Amino acid sequence: MTEVALEAQFTQWREYVHRRPELVASDADELEDHLRDSVDGLIALGLRSDEAFLIAVKRMGGLDELSREFAREHSERLWKQLMFTGDDPRKARSGRDLIAMLICAAGAAVSIKIPELFGQRYDGDGMFYATNFALFALPWLAAFLAWKRRPGIRVYAVLLGLFVLGAVAANAYPVDDDSQSVALTASHLPLALWLVVGLAYASDNLRSSRRRMDFIRFSGEWFVYLVLIGLGGGVLITFLYGTFEAIGVEPDQFIWAWLTPCGGVAAMVVAGWLVEAKQGVIENIAPVLTRLFTPLFAVALLAFLVTIGVNGHGIDVNRETLVLFDLLLAVVLALLLYSISARDPQAPRGMFDVLQLVLVVSALAIDAVVLITMTGRIAEYGTTPNNVAALGENIVLLANLAWAAWLLLRFTQRRGGFPAVERWQTAYLPVYAVWLWAVVLILPPLFSFR
Amino acid sequence: MRVTKDLVAASATPIVLGILAESESYGYAILRRISELSGGELDWTEGFLYPLLHRLENLGHVESSWQTVPGERRRKYYRITKQGLAELTEHRRQWETVVDALKQVWPHVGFIPLGGTA
Repeated sequence: MTEVALEAQFTQWREYVHRRPELVASDADELEDHLRDSVDGLIALGLRSDEAFLIAVKRMGGLDELSREFAREHSERLWKQLMFTGDDPRKARSGRDLIAMLICAAGAAVSIKIPELFGQRYDGDGMFYATNFALFALPWLAAFLAWKRRPGIRVYAVLLGLFVLGAVAANAYPVDDDSQSVALTASHLPLALWLVVGLAYASDNLRSSRRRMDFIRFSGEWFVYLVLIGLGGGVLITFLYGTFEAIGVEPDQFIWAWLTPCGGVAAMVVAGWLVEAKQGVIENIAPVLTRLFTPLFAVALLAFLVTIGVNGHGIDVNRETLVLFDLLLAVVLALLLYSISARDPQAPRGMFDVLQLVLVVSALAIDAVVLITMTGRIAEYGTTPNNVAALGENIVLLANLAWAAWLLLRFTQRRGGFPAVERWQTAYLPVYAVWLWAVVLILPPLFSFR
Repeated sequence: MRVTKDLVAASATPIVLGILAESESYGYAILRRISELSGGELDWTEGFLYPLLHRLENLGHVESSWQTVPGERRRKYYRITKQGLAELTEHRRQWETVVDALKQVWPHVGFIPLGGTA
């Protein structure tokens, strides 16, 4: 074997070592030096270079074992993996991403303070920030994602158009601050805009079901990161308060008018960047959470159904309980979605799939009871924007879950494949978008801005 | 004959510090020296030595630097610190106590043949 071939083997070996998060670059250098010494020593004993390499590698032991030993000594490195990794070729790219993210986060932080120049005080009265908050953060997140994907000019135009439409919906209608319509816009517009972010996320391949599933995953991980950042922010605020009050300075103005709004919108962009930079780190949490809570929710819902059956007590339906049951359906759907997103489509059927079916079916049964009562109520008292929105949501989620239950049933009975379950969920995303935009754009004029 | 795991673990730090007290050295050479000193009986793996060196460095007993000796590759050399020397003295005191005790006990028992009963 020639010198060149030996070098090629060393290069290959380095690549294997580089994939180990436990071994940092200087460890790799040190171990390579060791390997070279061993090889030289063996060649001096009369071995051919390829034989020497084989034996030296074998003596060093498996990389698994080696990394385990290093990990035991350097457990902090596994944590650092969350922030700082990247193979050399990807480093330049992630550096540019970091700069783009910082620009977008700074843009978001600045943009939320701009309305103050026009007399909209952040801590003042009024619903301006409640309805517009998402408009200061999500366009920047979408811009960051689109910048990474580099889609065609048409996608940019559509994204821009939708955000402008959102701004119009939030501000153009003549609604009172205490009307139901304002509350509906404040709760539905962020979700509608989130799906616009989804458009930016999947802009490199909009029709691909896998890409949309990636977006669902992205949403979950983004949320987890945002909560983590929020917790850290809470600790920071607590200390700011305590320390500055101790020296007789009241930091209220700074915290509530600057830190929380600017930090909040910037955190939304940063969370998006974190998910992008570290795909797969939090990914492991979603399956754990769903595995944990799918059985628990299934048992809770079944217990609820049995109690209704035994007591014969109907559900007291008013708007609050309807919203509650909407949220319940959303949670069940989320459990379903995230276990689907984490599931290997090729994996065989198991007990967990049956459990999921039980969960979905019991949620459907409960919801059917709620829906019947609610329809009667609307027929009796007439409609308001709120109960139309709540009812609509219920129907949208119910339709999704009903068909999902059917597909799951076919799957557990081995009459259908798992990809069909997944495709149904990704194909359904536009339905949410249509409904959310309808609530934001059509409901207020329909009820003459009540 | 193999030295048991516990004994290897207990003697590792004083051996490495002792070797580094002779002169500064690098991983491969340290392993060679250990093998040489023990007549091949002590066979450490890389997965054992390097994490140990890193731990000693974290504790401040040794320090390391990448150096290029003329005619050789760039290598990470380890050298013992003052604190490491003090640590070595302490280890040595303890080991001498143990060895002393063993030496006093064993002559009375006599030589125990391998595999025999005491």
